[in-house]
Amino acid sequence: MDPAVVIDVARLGKTFGPVTAVEDLSFTIHAGEIFGLLGPNGAGKSTTLRMLITVLPPSTGTATVLGHDIVTEADAVRSLIGYVPQERAVDRFLTGREHLELLAGLYHLSRVETNERIDELLKLVNLEEHADRVAKTYSGGMKRKLDIACGLLPNPKIVFLDEPTLGLDVQSRLKIWDYIRQLRENGITIVLTTNYLEEADQLCDRLAIIDGGTIRVIGSPLELKTGLGGDSLSVAIKPHEADKLPRLREGVMGLPLVRDVRLKPTGLDILVESPEKCLPAVIEVAQRLDCSLDGIEYHRPRLDDVFVAHTGHGLRGGTPEMVEEE
Amino acid sequence: MTFKHYKQEVLALTMRWVRRLSREKFSMLFTLVQPMLFWLIFFGSLFQHAANIQILQAPNYMSFLAGGVVVMTVLNNGLAGGVDLLFDKENGFLERMMSTPIHRSSVILSRYLFVMAITGMQILVILSIAFVFGVRLETGLPGIAVILAIGMLFGVGLTAISMALAFSVKSHGDFFSMLGFLSLPMIFLSSALVPLSAMPGWMQVVAMVNPMTWVIDAVRPLIITGWNAAIPQVAMAFVILAVFDAVCLYGGAKAFRRAIG
Repeated sequence: MDPAVVIDVARLGKTFGPVTAVEDLSFTIHAGEIFGLLGPNGAGKSTTLRMLITVLPPSTGTATVLGHDIVTEADAVRSLIGYVPQERAVDRFLTGREHLELLAGLYHLSRVETNERIDELLKLVNLEEHADRVAKTYSGGMKRKLDIACGLLPNPKIVFLDEPTLGLDVQSRLKIWDYIRQLRENGITIVLTTNYLEEADQLCDRLAIIDGGTIRVIGSPLELKTGLGGDSLSVAIKPHEADKLPRLREGVMGLPLVRDVRLKPTGLDILVESPEKCLPAVIEVAQRLDCSLDGIEYHRPRLDDVFVAHTGHGLRGGTPEMVEEE
Repeated sequence: MTFKHYKQEVLALTMRWVRRLSREKFSMLFTLVQPMLFWLIFFGSLFQHAANIQILQAPNYMSFLAGGVVVMTVLNNGLAGGVDLLFDKENGFLERMMSTPIHRSSVILSRYLFVMAITGMQILVILSIAFVFGVRLETGLPGIAVILAIGMLFGVGLTAISMALAFSVKSHGDFFSMLGFLSLPMIFLSSALVPLSAMPGWMQVVAMVNPMTWVIDAVRPLIITGWNAAIPQVAMAFVILAVFDAVCLYGGAKAFRRAIG
């Protein structure tokens, strides 16, 4: 086994009765990376995560976490990983400290270790002042911090986070991203699920787009975006000059570094290799053909585009609902 | 998995239940007081004069009712014993616990320890209140020990039913409607409130297959008649409870394994 591979998933699948939640998943996760499972609700992200943390036995295939089989060596896996479930999984009647004490008991830490570790973690997530208040008085962001502290309690090699910033305000989200990056700095591998494109794009080193229970594509956000064919220019012309568009299209097609041109009702989408060089050339062609430009826009491909290209629909749009992940 | 680890897990989990209870003071008071207030004092006073002492074969209705109330408390606590696990299952806390390297049974055992401790305390409170109202236990302190033992044994099976339900149902709405469906008939179709001899024939038949009846008929003579009448009934109850518990634990373990994997 490649020493850098910490999670190795081979043809993993899960069915609930007649319903296939996920099928034929194969991927590897490397030491020290932030790996994201991106997909809409019901795509099979949580099912996949729950199999990897050994709380859900797979129906087909196998997976190893740090070299241990998730079924036959579940206990070994459990003692090496940390899990951060969704925010609602806190006990409203326990204080933050009591949550950590409970988990310390479940991970069999000694009394001395427990106290040291709890102090350390409360400091890390800035919950020291609130540690002795019951969790029902916590804000969403504080609960999330507590969750992260709980996930880190066993000093894990790999931390699994289920929708780490779901429903959080922007500030809390940025804070959580900071913690996650900090963990990576400390050599911890992170596996997370998300249905936020922005989160996948900014936080993850690599991600798997998962939809309808299968993996559609895997790669770094940059690779995935580049794979779509580079940057693009959107040119809009005055509506009454729309009849000039076909000629403009032909003119632009002839330019070097232009890979493709798509016609729109009042403009063109131009896929280019180098927007800096193409932009003046495109304007020049427009002037030569006497087209009055209404606007010109340049954008790098966004992860949205990647998602649409690989799944045939937007992340927020109507997805054919596969299974309720329960 | 060493015994030391197991003990540590179970202790940590049991502490959680205790801490939760201490945070819900109102609920704790209500849980403790409700059975004796509602059933023993209200019901006991209400039927004091309506009840026929000849049929009851007891000095008064309150002393007849005391055994029934003890067993009803065991029933309610037992059937409600799985509720917290149901909520844990629904909000993901159970999954959090299951992702740690604990023996799967420690969650169950911790719940048992907690439910049994609460039930035991409630039985003692009920018997003390009954004492205040003039009910004197014919079998004295050893009788209390036997009542506690019977209560615990019955509670084991009931809690298993509750946990099996908690792990099997789709939603907590289902859980509570099934609980209501189970608990009231078990009370009314038993000798808790009225002796079998005072029931219509068909009801007697149903009450005879209700384990509640056998348990109550063992507890009651310990309170109102004495050892001679009680011993055969107690022996019978132990046999029936052994079978009842075995069936419930088997079903509970199956449901648990299906849910947890």
